[in-house]
Amino acid sequence: MRVRLSVNGASQEHEVEPRLLLVHYLREVVGLTGTNVGCDTSSCGACTVLMDGESIKSCTVLAVQADGTEITTIEGMAQDGAMHPIQEAFREHHALQCGYCTPGMVMAAASLLKEHADLTEAEVREGLEGNLCRCTGYHNIVKAVLAAAGDREALV
Amino acid sequence: MIPVAFDYQRVSSVDEALGLLATHGDEAKLLAGGHSLLPLMKLRLAVPSVLVDVGRLHDLSYVRDAGDHVAIGALTRHRDLETSELLAAQVPILAHVAGQVGDPQVRHRGTIGGSLAHGDPASDLPAVVLALGGTLVARGPGGERTIEARSFFEGFLQTALGPDELLTEIRVPKATIVGAAAVRNGTTGVALVNMGSTPLRASATEAALAAGASIGDAAAVAAEGTEPSGDLNASPDFRRHLATVLVRRALEEAAS
Ligand SMILES: Cc1cc2nc3c(=O)[nH]c(=O)nc-3n(C[C@H](O)[C@H](O)[C@H](O)COP(=O)(O)OP(=O)(O)OC[C@H]3O[C@@H](n4cnc5c(N)ncnc54)[C@H](O)[C@@H]3O)c2cc1C
Ligand code: FES
Ligand code: FES
Repeated sequence: MRVRLSVNGASQEHEVEPRLLLVHYLREVVGLTGTNVGCDTSSCGACTVLMDGESIKSCTVLAVQADGTEITTIEGMAQDGAMHPIQEAFREHHALQCGYCTPGMVMAAASLLKEHADLTEAEVREGLEGNLCRCTGYHNIVKAVLAAAGDREALV
Repeated sequence: MIPVAFDYQRVSSVDEALGLLATHGDEAKLLAGGHSLLPLMKLRLAVPSVLVDVGRLHDLSYVRDAGDHVAIGALTRHRDLETSELLAAQVPILAHVAGQVGDPQVRHRGTIGGSLAHGDPASDLPAVVLALGGTLVARGPGGERTIEARSFFEGFLQTALGPDELLTEIRVPKATIVGAAAVRNGTTGVALVNMGSTPLRASATEAALAAGASIGDAAAVAAEGTEPSGDLNASPDFRRHLATVLVRRALEEAAS
């Protein structure tokens, strides 16, 4: 089946098998390998991308279901060579160790910040419950997301 | 994990979906949010040869005030239930529970219709619709019919829906008290999750309350007549014990 969608603002059009998962489409067809596969069972959130601005787990969505939508991956966050404020906050607050969960964490955080005007620490923790990190213990991730939330001007 | 190959058909009307179900029978499966079906297909526990994608039937995504009840389109996502002002005012328990399902990513995709039609005894929304005494509306080749939530869940992943039917609407009475139990019109509905092969009403507790028992006494019989299974998470005995504790807490919350 033919799919046409936007990935990080660029139009894509490909013939795909209906059973192709969105994460494999992004990684293997479009060639954007920033989105990781951790569990492949919709538990870990490493594969999180935005679909029409909302976080989804791309290992549990078919590429054909994304037809006509706008997908944003971690590669689409930096603009004109400058990191997105959430990425900056992750660096500033040392919110990653091995980095495997980071693309998914950043995308989940982007969706969370869009949906909530104000966020408490508890809300950030709950809002990221679909994303697992085996390294950091979450502390600095939460700190980074709270910092990004406090710097909304820069977030746009 | 890759599903077995299938044909994919995206429909733009209920009639089109019903037509495809009529043609393909048992071979076809409806796809809504895909958050129960796709994991099963990836494990190859479900191998439909045709997927009928109803995910774009936006006409079936709504929360409406219908007088004595609230009508919810089957394709309404958990996220839209969670953020519905109408539900927050009229059936807050449903908005609250929808906000507890999985995680934000799951709630951005999963639908109430998919959750009910899947018939997993461990799922949250079926139990709430059951506790509220809701009604389900289905369309099939013979037209529309309504099914009481009480007689909808027939067994593990089995419901009263035929393979040629599509769930279109869920109707729930207005009930303004939040809790794992909902109190309305002086009667109390209590439903249990994961205490058998279907979501269950805690009938012994309901009968005790109707007969004037205290919350403590009514909650103590919450597990009566249930047959929970044991798994990695909990033994049957532990589940029976938990049911009495959680029902007591829910009743206390509903009463306060
Ligand atoms: C990581 C994860 C965590 C989860 N956590 C929870 C949780 O905490 N609590 C909880 O309750 N659930 C949980 N779920 C399940 C989730 O709520 C699913 O979204 C929901 O059960 C199914 O809805 P869906 O729209 O995704 O249905 P689908 O997966 O698309 O379909 C499920 C079944 O229903 C059928 N169907 C779908 N729509 C209709 C319709 N309109 N008419 C007739 N048949 C239909 C399909 O054919 C299929 O058999 C979780 C799922 C995941 C992946
Ligand atoms: S890889 Fe998708 S949730 Fe883990
Ligand atoms: S930084 Fe290693 S998994 Fe999160």
